[in-house]
Parts: sequence; C-alpha cells; structure tokens
Amino acid sequence: MGVHDLARQLLTGDDPAGLMPAREQMALSLGWHIVLACFGVAFPTMIFVVHRRGVVRDDPVALALAQRWSKVSAVLFAIGAVSGTVLSFEMGLLWPGLMGRFGDVLGLPFAFEGLSFFVEAIFLGIYLYGWGRMPPRRHLLMVLPMAAAGVVGTFCVISVNAWMNAPAGFRIVDGRVTDVNPWAAMFNSLVWLQFTHMWVGAYMVVGFVVSGVYAVGMLRGRRDAHHRLGFSVPFAFASVAALVQPLVGHLLGSTLVDRQPAKLAAFELAITTESPSPLRVGGLLVNDQVRGALDIPVLGSLIARGSFTEPVPGLDTIPVQDRPPVNITHWAFQSMIGLGTLLALAVLVFWFARWRRRDPLEHRWVLRFAAVAGPLAVLTLESGWVATEVGRQPWVVYGVLRTTQAAGSNSGLWWLLAATMVVYAGMTTGAVVVLRSMARRWRAGQTDLPSPYGPQAQLRDAATEPGR
Amino acid sequence: MSLPVVVAAALFLGVLAYALLAGADFGSGFFDLTAGGSARGAELRTLVDHSIGPVWEANHVWLIYVLVTWWTGFPATFASAMSTLILPMLLALLGIVLRGAAFAFRKYSATLGQARLFGAIFAGSSVITPFFLGTVAGGIASGRVPARGRGDLWSSWLNPTSLFGGAIAVGTCAFLAGTFLVADATRSGNAGLTQQLRRRTLAVGVVTGAVVFAALVPITHDSPTLSRGLSGRAAPLIVLSGVAGVATLVLLLRRRPHVARFTAAAAVAAVLLGWGVAQYPWLLVDQVTVTQGAGATATLWGLLVAVGLAGVIVLPALAYLFRLTQSESWTHS
Repeated sequence: MGVHDLARQLLTGDDPAGLMPAREQMALSLGWHIVLACFGVAFPTMIFVVHRRGVVRDDPVALALAQRWSKVSAVLFAIGAVSGTVLSFEMGLLWPGLMGRFGDVLGLPFAFEGLSFFVEAIFLGIYLYGWGRMPPRRHLLMVLPMAAAGVVGTFCVISVNAWMNAPAGFRIVDGRVTDVNPWAAMFNSLVWLQFTHMWVGAYMVVGFVVSGVYAVGMLRGRRDAHHRLGFSVPFAFASVAALVQPLVGHLLGSTLVDRQPAKLAAFELAITTESPSPLRVGGLLVNDQVRGALDIPVLGSLIARGSFTEPVPGLDTIPVQDRPPVNITHWAFQSMIGLGTLLALAVLVFWFARWRRRDPLEHRWVLRFAAVAGPLAVLTLESGWVATEVGRQPWVVYGVLRTTQAAGSNSGLWWLLAATMVVYAGMTTGAVVVLRSMARRWRAGQTDLPSPYGPQAQLRDAATEPGR
Repeated sequence: MSLPVVVAAALFLGVLAYALLAGADFGSGFFDLTAGGSARGAELRTLVDHSIGPVWEANHVWLIYVLVTWWTGFPATFASAMSTLILPMLLALLGIVLRGAAFAFRKYSATLGQARLFGAIFAGSSVITPFFLGTVAGGIASGRVPARGRGDLWSSWLNPTSLFGGAIAVGTCAFLAGTFLVADATRSGNAGLTQQLRRRTLAVGVVTGAVVFAALVPITHDSPTLSRGLSGRAAPLIVLSGVAGVATLVLLLRRRPHVARFTAAAAVAAVLLGWGVAQYPWLLVDQVTVTQGAGATATLWGLLVAVGLAGVIVLPALAYLFRLTQSESWTHS
C-alpha cells in the first residue's frame, strides 16, 4: 500500500466518524500515561534500594536522596493516577464496539489491576506521609507493597494488550461472543513475554531518565556523593534492563511469523517473499516500491526466523484489507531496535571502562550521553508501542474485531482531542515547573519544602484583614 | 440472590465507598474555595492538605473499581451509558484530572502566586466533579440511558432528576468534608478554625438536607419508577438519612464532631443506598435489569474472586492507612 492509498484510506468516508479522533486520542493519552506508568512500576524499587542503604548503613546522603525521590514520586504518581483514569473512561467513550461486546472477556485483568492500583495508592500515602512519623525500618518496608503492586499492575494491563494481539478465552458463534473464559483470556499465550518486555522497558526508561538528571548535575560541576549515588543506582538498574531487553524483544519477535505475519512483514518492510530475506534498514514504501533502503543480505531471515533460508513472508501474501500502515510500522519498529541497541552498547562500553579501572564519569561526553539517554529511552518505548499498535491494524482484536467496528459514531470527539491536548500541555507544564522549582529549592539548601501558604510562610492579604 | 445481583451489589458497594471517601475529599475543595484570601485561608488550606493528602489517591481508586466492575460485569450497559452520558462523564473526568494534578502541584509550589493558581484549579474542580457525577446518576435513575446505542446527548443529563442529583452530590460531599474537617481541626486543637468550620458545615448541612427532600417532588414527575421505589421500598432509608442528618447537626452544635463523622457518613450512605434500593432490579432504569445486563457467568465468578481479594488485601491496608492518619502522631505536622 502506497502513501496515496494510505491517504485515500484516511480520507474516505467509509470509516465511522469517531474512528480517527479516537485513534489520535488514544495515542496521545496512552503515550503520555505510559511514561508515568513506568515510574509507578520501576521507581519504588529504586527508592527502596536507596532508602534501605540509608537506614541500614545509617547513610544521611542516601536518606536525603530517598526523601527527595519520594517527594518527586508524589507529583509524578498524582498525574499518573489521573492520566490512568482518563484511559479507564476512554475505554468506554472511544471504543463502545470493543467494550460492549468483549468487556466481559477482557475485563478481569483490569479488575486485578484495580486491586494493585489500590495497594500502590494506599502505601504511597503511608510512605509519603510516614517520614518522621513511623519507626524507620517499618517506614522503609512500606515501599515494598508499592513495588510489588507495580509489577502485578503491569502484568494485568499488558495481559489485555497481549489478548488483543493473541485473542483467547471465547468463541464466536453466529456473530455472538460465547463460551467466555476470562482466565484463559487473561493468561493468553503471549502475556508472559509481552509483560516481561514492558516490565524491563519500564526499568530502562526510569533508570536512564533519573540517572540522566544527575548526569546533568555533574556536568554543571556538582560532583558530590549525592549526585554520584543519584546517578549510579538508577543507572545500574537501567544497565541490566538495557542488556536483557534485546533478548526479550528477540524472543517476542520470533513468535510473530506464526502469530501476526502482516505485522512482521511491515516491521521488515518485506513487500515480496524473498528467500533468504535481507534485513532492510530504513527505506520507504512509495507506490508499492521500496525506496532508499539499505539491504543487508540474509540477516532478515537469520533474525526473524533463526534460519539462513526461511523467508519473511511478504506483504503480498496478506489480503489488501488486512494490511497495516507499512511505513509508520516499519520506522517505529526500526527506531525502537536502533535506539535500544545503541543504549545497550553504550552501557557495555560504560561498564567495560569501569572494569578497566577508569572512571567514565570523568569524561564530559559520557555525562552528555547519559543525559540524553533518558529521552532516548522514552523515545524507544514510544516507538515500540507505535510499532506494535499500528502493526496490529486494521484489527483492534487481532483477526476478530476491526478497529472500525470498535469505534463509535461521535464526530464531536475531535473537540475532545483538542481539549485533551490543552489539558495535557498544561499538566506537563505544571509538572515541569513544580519539579524544577523543587530541585532549585533543594539546591539552595531547603529540605522540607513547606507550602507557600502554610503556617511558616509570612502571609499578608491584600484585603482589609492583614495577618488574621 | 442470583450471581448477577451479587456482582451488582459489589459494584454498588464501590459506588458507596467512592461517594463517601472520595466524596469527602472533593467536598473539602468547597471549604478550600471559600476559605478567603491567602492569609485568612492559610490555616484551613493547610488543614485540607493535611487531611486529604495521604488518602485521596487511595479513595480515588474506588472509581476505577466501579468502572472496571461495571464494564466487566455488565459490558453492554457500560457501553451505552458511556456513549449517552459522554458529556457529563468527560466533564467529571476533566474535574478529576485537574483536581488530582493541581492538588499535588499546589503542595510543592515555590511561590504564593503558583499556589494560588493551582489552589483555585484544585478547589474549583473539586466542586464541579461531584456535580457531573450526580447528573450521570440522575440520567441512569430517570431511565434516560437506552439498553443499546446512544440516548440523547443533552437531555440525558440536563433534566430535573440529573440536576437535583448533581446538586445533592455537591452538597453531600461538602457536608461530609465539613464534618471530617471539624473533627480534624478539633483534634489538632485549633479552636478558631474549628468554630469557623462548624458554622459553615451546619449551613451546608441544612441546605443539603432541604435540597434532598425538595428533590422528591420533581422526581415524582420526572422519574416515576425511581420515585415509586423511594416512597415505597426505600422509604425507611430516606427516613433514616433524615434522622442521621439531623443527628449530625445536633452533634456538631454540641461539639461532638468525632461522633458526628459517623452520623454524617450514615446520612449520606442511606440516601445513596435508598437510590440503589429504589431502582432495583433495574440496572439502567426502565431499560435493562441487573440480570439482563449481566455478562458471561465465568467472568462474574472471576469478578467475585477479585472482590474477595480486595476484601483480604485492600481493606486491611486501607484500614491501616486510615488508622495511621487518624492517630495522634500523624495529626501534628
């Protein structure tokens, strides 16, 4: 399918009015939330490690760091909680055709996700307000339920997405959904691999983002114990995750040929079936011709099929109406692979240098790379989600329900998208302003960050009642 | 009781918990909004921060519980309610998003100007959110959400039952919050603040009670099914609510705010339970009964497993959180 066909498909009136705005709305709200969800999953573990060091070794630097991180998480988890709620509403508002027919098939993991969200929110409240109000060791233990809930929650949410890729736990007889088995839907064939991929990805994102913050501080000459610890703990987590992730991703990808051949063909930009298939780097599909790609012979077969001869089945084996948008899928997939590989190589070089008894943090270019590794990891994550979601199209439930059938007829959703953009831009600005001001006050030596309207603040109303 | 009814009861229990717990959090926005200028309102706003800060996120999760149980247990009705009531749902959602974000931002604001901006957003959205959720309840209870497809986008929530529902929601949230805040202020030993809060809570209570009983009249014409239930099967609950409401006012006047918390919660719970009992066996009034709207049986059993786990895991943790926040060492900052 060429660019023209794609454009025509986008502009034709065949689709329900609620389809395009619903797609964009979902992409925006999920793409925004997923970064915060990563913090919910991975940050508590890092806080635990640092806090534990502070308690066990009686290390004031570690304790102060843990306390700051807990305040940061108060802000991040609040906007994560509300942006997650947006998604709950959107399931019904945007996709009535999915929820009305399949709500009782896919819903159960969400119920368990709700439980883990409960646990996370409860212990977050206890942990945040427990500083100085609980025995230190018990206070430390309050992080553990949060960390565990993050893992369970990831499993549950990803379970639903895995079900959309590999539907299970129901039959369709005469167009009606029957024989529903929610447990089989929850524990579908793909859930474990896909969960692992996302879980490890969360550690990459949070590890690189947080260590990047302290790399920036070191670049500006703040090379104290506080910054070294703030860099090294998340960077260690990110390193392990970045090295494990290519393996997990490869295992996940190698199941594609049987599961979703159309997605695989789009990933690899395989228009026709070539034996052996090359690895096609870059390139665009224009008028059914691949332009500007760099082909590395045999490597495509080797990676996707684990064989020197087995081909990647081409898009021409897929009926036209079942093909995903090829170029977006291909580029998103290769961005994920390219950036992920870059991050994995970078941590290898870093730890190799450490092993050779050099301190990589002495080099400014190492710090500069560590600073951009955070945004790169976020980009990797977003690319991966674009690749898997766009690559599953035109299906929302693979092989069962087309996205067009899931959408509603509400053309007013464009207004919702515009409003969402405004609100999310405001929320992003608010979070950045507040987090930066917190960092500024911490650098200036404040620790408690009292509210500006609190009892300690010197306040005077402009009104007639000063100081009452 | 049949399986769908048990699941519907579990769902309604979530509605109750959300209305009481998150309702009190939203209601404190009313007092925050009307606390006056920065200096005059400083004590009250600090009290609000302190009393909802540790609990609001946990209380908020009841909404997720309700949504998830609804779409999993009764999927088709969820789809039609969401399509029909999309506008109040979205406005409530906007309020939820702004409330949560602005509350967190305000606490860590660097300047008074920022705190004022975030504070106004927090308090304003806290007041409007219950209103829109109340109109949603009114739309369902007055039989305006069809079994399938989409009902009217506007009249489904701009009607007498919905508007009274919205007003009652705002009032009950503020009443609950006021009672809880009076108790918190008393415990922290702030006589001036206690006095100020008590006066305003009494006023809110009188107005809300009047609105609840006034609403019974227009509902007779607008929602006959609901009205029959309210004056029949659910009548004892409505009476109980009135008694508990009056008891709360008396207890507040007699400076017994700690006991008043329980009677206030009982008054609100009784009204809500009255609504649930009055509309039973309808899930969407006059359209779909609980049994007709139920999803697959295996899924309903799965949901009961989730509810059971919530009882074992979530409730004790929640109790621990509440016990800590009400303890002496957590009261003084």
